[in-house]
Amino acid sequence: MQKGKKIIAIGERDGVPGPVIAECLEGAGYEVVFQVTECFV
Amino acid sequence: MLLQSSNVRRRHNYKISISDESSRGNLERVSNPIKPVRVGIEGVSYSLTHVPDLVRYGSKPLREIRARPLLGQQLAERLRDFNAATAYAPHQVYIGNIAPEQLRELAKPWYEKLIEGATAEGRFGDLVQQDRFYAQLGGSDHFELVKFEEQWFREHAAQHWSGREPRLGSLTEVEARCAKGALALYSARRLVGAFEQGHEEDASLVAEILLENLAAKVTAAHSLRALLSTLKMDHGEIDYVISCSEEAVGDRYNRGGGNLAKAIAEDVGCQNASGSDTKAFCAGPMYAMVHGASLIQSGIANKVAVVAGGSLAKLGMKFESHLKKNMPILEDVLGSFAAILAPAKAGQPSIRLDSVAFHPVRAGTSPQAMAESLAERPLAKLGLKLTDVDRYGVELHNPEITTPSGSGDVPRTNYLTLAALAVMRGQIQKSEMEDFVRARGMLGYAPTQGHIPSAIVYLGHALENLRAGKIRRALLIAKGSLFLGRMTQLSDGCSFLVDCNDV
Repeated sequence: MQKGKKIIAIGERDGVPGPVIAECLEGAGYEVVFQVTECFV
Repeated sequence: MLLQSSNVRRRHNYKISISDESSRGNLERVSNPIKPVRVGIEGVSYSLTHVPDLVRYGSKPLREIRARPLLGQQLAERLRDFNAATAYAPHQVYIGNIAPEQLRELAKPWYEKLIEGATAEGRFGDLVQQDRFYAQLGGSDHFELVKFEEQWFREHAAQHWSGREPRLGSLTEVEARCAKGALALYSARRLVGAFEQGHEEDASLVAEILLENLAAKVTAAHSLRALLSTLKMDHGEIDYVISCSEEAVGDRYNRGGGNLAKAIAEDVGCQNASGSDTKAFCAGPMYAMVHGASLIQSGIANKVAVVAGGSLAKLGMKFESHLKKNMPILEDVLGSFAAILAPAKAGQPSIRLDSVAFHPVRAGTSPQAMAESLAERPLAKLGLKLTDVDRYGVELHNPEITTPSGSGDVPRTNYLTLAALAVMRGQIQKSEMEDFVRARGMLGYAPTQGHIPSAIVYLGHALENLRAGKIRRALLIAKGSLFLGRMTQLSDGCSFLVDCNDV
């Protein structure tokens, strides 16, 4: 179901970083087309 | 892998096994007694320079107003005057007139519930009016970058001027410079000056960047000058200045070339000092303090000033959400600070150099990994638990600024992470997490100036509480978002304990 679905992963420094989100989603079969970690302060 | 947690002097009496995930936090007592390594903190001074008419030159407003010029008018209508900025409760905490613990008891919104009788002078800081800041710009300009309209300058800024002779001219001259591309400097709606580029072909010397750099210089210099005055310290006593400002002084061949520190030393009149800059995104000030303390401890310097000026780029960073919520534009101040370090005297609040922790590459960037690296491990080195710290100074961003934009309450998130770690280690019960946050934390009160909120902003209150015996120790923890520079995915951080030199 997830296979081939494209994902943009935006992480947050004080929360979950982008690479961590990407790794989890790729493990579940998603295709992460872009990931980034942002700092909102 | 088992690493001995030791500095070169091997003064720790704990070693930490870090061989794998499961061994995090495992401590093994060893036999050497702890001998604290302290460097004295002579004092710290903070300043907020209120520059409502420069908000338009913050990175975000500048971009948005260029794209949608009508936003400029909306922004101008929501700017605060100096009295409102002075009577704003978080600013009164910042300059030392209100304890951070009291902020919790004050009615919100703070921008409406202003403090009656508030003054611009605090116990360890002050607020500076924009006219005075313009006078500082003129007095610190070595390259004929800024020109002010003569009549306005004489009426409003001349009384604050010191340093180099400011360049003055007619309104026509100022308008002509602005028409050629100089940045217009306003006071309310009045055009009062023009700020020019430093070179026609150098993107590192455009007016926007030079104004940012000069603003950092003069605000840092103001804080250092104020601190030297408070301490009645001769300017010639300072051996070394470290600037941890957020700017990138340099030219096209060396963007960020740096040593703003030496320019600040010159501006203040620290004739015997040299200096250098220390940068690590928001964690810069903490590294600068560690580097400065290390210069003292090594005997290389006897008195080191650590300084930072304000970040012009961050003015109005969240202005759109403030407009949407019918709030005043709260990011209208440049934050600065100065601290002076020297060999520790008996009873003096000090940095514990043996507590210093950096965030290593291998540590991981989750909030838990950061808390382990920057709080649990350095405390364990000293035989302390998370509950042995009376106050944590974390990233104390004012939540009234950040929550309207959905950025959350940053300090609370940090305190909850520390509390959760204490639960995981069995130091408190889960039901005690809120008590932990309330007892050892505080509400954020710093403007979103990046480096300034990042733990260093609490040092002034920490020193007061240590001197008064209200707390025994405070742990300052700062984080830096290295990934923003697109060179690594890593975060960073630095922490150290402050206590009194009573051993």
